[in-house]
Formats: sequence, C-alpha cells, structure tokens
Amino acid sequence: GPWAIAQEERPRRHGHGVHLLRVLILLWSLPGIPQTRDDNWGETTTAVTGTSEHSLSQEDIVRITKDLEDSVGLDCRRYFTLTLAVVLGLLVFLTPLAFLALPHLLWPDKLLVCGTACEGLFISVAFKLLILLLAVWALFFRAPRAGLPRVFVFRALLAVLVLLFVVSYWLFYGVRILDSQDENYQGIVQYAVSLVDALLFIHYLAIVLLELRQLQPAFSVCVTRSTDGETRHYNLGQLSIQRAALAIIENYYRDFSVHNPALLTASKSRAAKHLAGLKVYNVDGEFPATPATGPGNNAATGVAHSQSRAMIAAAARRRDTSHNELYYEEAEHERRVRKRKARLVVAVEEAFTHIKRMQEEEQKKAPGDVMDPREAAQAIFPSMARSLQKYLRTTRQQHCHSMESIQQHLAFCITNNMTPKAFLESYLTPGPTLQYGRERWLARQWTLVSEASVTSGLKEGAIFLLKCIDFSLVVTAKRIPYIQLSEEFIDPKSHKFVLRLQSETSV
Amino acid sequence: MKGPLSYLQPGRNTKVSDQSETMSFIPGQPVTAVVQRIEIRKLRQGEHLILGFSIGGGIDQDPGQNPFSEDKSDKGIYVTRVTPEGPAEVAGLMMGDKVMQVNGWDMTMVTHDQARKRLTKKNEDVVRLLVTRKSLEQAVKHSMM
Repeated sequence: GPWAIAQEERPRRHGHGVHLLRVLILLWSLPGIPQTRDDNWGETTTAVTGTSEHSLSQEDIVRITKDLEDSVGLDCRRYFTLTLAVVLGLLVFLTPLAFLALPHLLWPDKLLVCGTACEGLFISVAFKLLILLLAVWALFFRAPRAGLPRVFVFRALLAVLVLLFVVSYWLFYGVRILDSQDENYQGIVQYAVSLVDALLFIHYLAIVLLELRQLQPAFSVCVTRSTDGETRHYNLGQLSIQRAALAIIENYYRDFSVHNPALLTASKSRAAKHLAGLKVYNVDGEFPATPATGPGNNAATGVAHSQSRAMIAAAARRRDTSHNELYYEEAEHERRVRKRKARLVVAVEEAFTHIKRMQEEEQKKAPGDVMDPREAAQAIFPSMARSLQKYLRTTRQQHCHSMESIQQHLAFCITNNMTPKAFLESYLTPGPTLQYGRERWLARQWTLVSEASVTSGLKEGAIFLLKCIDFSLVVTAKRIPYIQLSEEFIDPKSHKFVLRLQSETSV
Repeated sequence: MKGPLSYLQPGRNTKVSDQSETMSFIPGQPVTAVVQRIEIRKLRQGEHLILGFSIGGGIDQDPGQNPFSEDKSDKGIYVTRVTPEGPAEVAGLMMGDKVMQVNGWDMTMVTHDQARKRLTKKNEDVVRLLVTRKSLEQAVKHSMM
C-alpha cells in the first residue's frame, strides 16, 4: 500500500494519546495535490484520528477514491435501465393506437364502416389508456431512491412478461390482420380493447408483486452496529436481501445515533495497554525468521500458536487492576460531564434572556437596534461559546458540530421561539445521522456482504452485513411466529360481586 | 369460674365422640373438639348487661380475615378481645377462643348477628359457654401420658 506503518510507539510531547496520521505519504501518491516536506515522518506514530481539522484521516481518503470510482459506474446503469423503461413504455402505449390506425392507413377503402358499438369502443380504449398511463406513472415513474447491486427480479420478470405479451399480440396482428387485410374493423377495435384490458391486468399484477406482497410483516430483523453495539429491531415483509438491506439502511438513518469514532478510543487504548504489558521470550530455540512454505510452515505456525497461548495464559494469571482504573475513570468522567453540563445550561439560559422578540409597534419606534435572527444569534453566541465548546470536548462531540452550524441552529431556535432547553437538546443527546452535516451521511459508501445471493429472499436465520467505511451493521433475520389466537366469551351479566366483611362486636 | 375440662356435650348440631384430637371441620362429619365450660355472670353497666369480650366471625363474614383461626375457612365465632378485669376474663375466657355453644345453642353455624343476639339476651344473667382452644388438646395429651 501507499503508506507505511511504524513499528514502535513514541508519544509526542504535547499529549499522551494524541497521534497524528502523517498523510504526506499518501499525498505523494495522489497527483496534483500540493506537497509539504516533513523530515520526521518516519519516526512518528501512525494511528487514525477523526479529531484533527488540518489533516485528512484514512477514512476520507478511502471515501474520495470510492466516490470517484462509483459515480461513473452507477450513472451508466441508471441511464441504461431508464432508456429500457422508456422504450418499453412507448411500445406499450403506441401498440393499441397502431392497431387502430394501421387499417385506416393501409387499406382504407376495404374497411367496413365503423358503427355505433365500434365507436363506443373507441371511448373505452381512450379512457383505459388514460388510466393505464396514470397508473404506470404512479407506480414506476418515481425518482429512484437507491442504487442496488443487482437487478430487481420481479421488475425484470414483469418487463419480460409485458414484452412477450406485446410481441405475441403483434405477431397475431401481423399474421391474421395485416397479411389478410381484414375488413371487419369492429373486430380489430375489439382486439385493441382486449390488449389494453390485459395490460391493465398486468399492471394489477405488478402492484401486487412489487408493492402489496411485502407489506405484511413476516420477519423480525435485529440490527447491531459493530462498533458500539447499538441494537434495534424492525419488522419487514417478504423481501429480497437487497431490498431488506435498503429498508434497514433507511431506518438506520432515522433511528440510530450518529456514529462517533471518538467515543471508541478509550477501549482501544485499554486493549493496547493490556497487550503491551506482555513480552514473549522463546527460551528453547531460535525464532523462525520467515514463515517458510512446505513442511517447515507447520513448525512456524506451531511456534506462533504456542506463543499466543502462553500470552493468554500469562494474562489470565496476572492480577490485572485495569477494571479498577476503568471504574474510577468512568465515575470521574461522569462527574466532569455533569459539571460542564450545569455550566452550559446556565450560560445558555443567561444568553437567551438578552434576546427579546419585538412587537410590531415597537419595531417602528427604534429601527436602528432591530436585528434579524441571524444577527441576534451572532450577538449572543460569544457568551455561551466557551462553555458549549468545553462541553462538546468533554463528550467528544466537537467535530460533529461546526461553529457555523451552531450559529445556524441558534438562529433557527430564536426564530421559532424555542426555549434554551430546546436549543441545547441537540447537543446533549446524539441525534440520528441525518441531523448532522452531509459529510457524515456516507450515503454512497454502503456495501452489502452476504453469503446467500442478494436477490434471494429473506429466510429464517439469514445473516448479512452492511459495511460502511469504519463500521458495519450486522443483521440477523428471524421469522415472526405463527400466532394462534383463541377466544373466550364473558357474559356481561356474569359480573357479580359480594361484600366480604369481618365485623367485631362487643358483648 | 372455670369449668372442668370435658368433652363436648351433645347439643343441637354437635355430636360427642371419644377421641377428640382435632379441631378441623370436615363437611358432613360431626365436629369433635376438646372444650372448656365457662360460666360468665353478666355485669350491669348503666342500662346494659355486658359480658366483657368481643366476638368476630360468622357464616356471613369473611373467614380469611380471622387472625385466630387455624383453618382459614372456619366460619365459627371467635373471641377477638377480652376486656381486662371484665366478667369474661374473670371467668377464664381467653382471646382467640372459639365459642362452640352458648347456653346450649350451637354457635358453629350462625351468622354474626345471631351470635350477638344469643349472647346479649336481656332476660339472662348468666351465660354458659363451651369454648375450645388449641392448648386444650395439648393439655389432654399431657394428662393422658
């Protein structure tokens, strides 16, 4: 790969635990980006951070390359399916009109006059075509909301069915009517009407297969995020795996709190400390230099296995006090968060008291001091900025909110007469992903990982993964049980009561 | 005045039996119990003649709330309080006793009000009760050994 991983860890002077990814190595491999020299790059550490504002993290690099690749491929496929759909639609709509028009064009003199019943059928054809047009527009001509890896099986089948159907009608028409130049125009019109009727029935089939079949819930899926274990359950109908994945991702954007990599550094550092305390010494023989192929390989892996087993045994025996540290650290962190939160709430409430909504009459009196919401927000923001920033730093959310977004939110709250508590709510609890800036959405980065084919249906016990850049959603499907409900009838007259006394009388 | 320990005398609804070890009530079977005869002389207090104790229970009452009964479906009449230094205490009545007969009238299957009436007849000066309690059985057992 284009980057190197340092073998040792050396903490930098300005902070314990703050490591910067030296992206310069990566920048050298991408053309056209200005380069800066740093002679110390080989000696410093490499770890991923999302908190620095000046360097790109590894996630951003992957995202940029993926964006470049995908935008070309997906658009091609979309235009291809769009043109296919348009062609099929035109074929379907123009066929009945062609059936009706061609006899008039090719053998107008031989045709029998169209009587009343025949002209009545013209009206029927016209209205049925109009209904078909509206129905097709409602069902199929919607902006696509997702690009899925494989083709929709049902849609493809329906398209093939419609094509076969129309082609067979054309064949019949061509052989029996065009070639023989049939004079019975009423029969031809009835033939065209039967085609439109059958198309409407195929549209009904399309509604049932594509829309109605998966409305009834059949599976309960359990979705777990791999980084922090947040879990939700959803009820889905009988869908293919890719459509179920789409439904789950849409629910993910609504229900799951935003993914914050800064919250996971604590457990990673604990794990690193745990491993760093142990070193393996091989007392009996030499270390195998490189894993050799062939029979020597077994010896190398055997030594590696025994080394790891020794490490695990030693770790189990050692009296580890890291649980103690964790307990006190968490208690301390809790206390700090609460203190900062108290200061923040007071600062915001105080700031909000300086703003007052002006009534209509007052506005005309003092035009000089009047501010619009944006200016009002900018005026009171500095008094709460410091405590807000400190709170966000303590809860490790500071990179989720930019100054601009905070001021925008403040202006929004002022305009809509919201209380300070309402303003603070979006900073005190992490909200769903869509609430944050576009760069957090990662809507184009999802990958579906599945052992079964993605166009096959959901089954009991199906497991698949939805990978985003630095986390994945593990999805398990279970069938909703068959419920047997029985009835018990209670006569309303059977509700009778007695009074139970226990009196005591003195004699 | 304490009466001698005796087996239950034949009354209206009760039958005597030789072995009387249990107090439990089996429907349809004769009730057997070890009883004590207690004679209480009524005391005149103003207009009323009082006996100096309180009763609870009865077939129209809730037997589950009776704290003195062993079997919580027992609907008999129980002594719930005994006034200190009253005629009942002097005669030897104790709290928790179950009243089986009053002056020959059965008290095991009466309503609360009927029991009260039988005890407070104005023309009677003396009431002779047959009461039973758990400690009586144990006393009989000890005396037979």
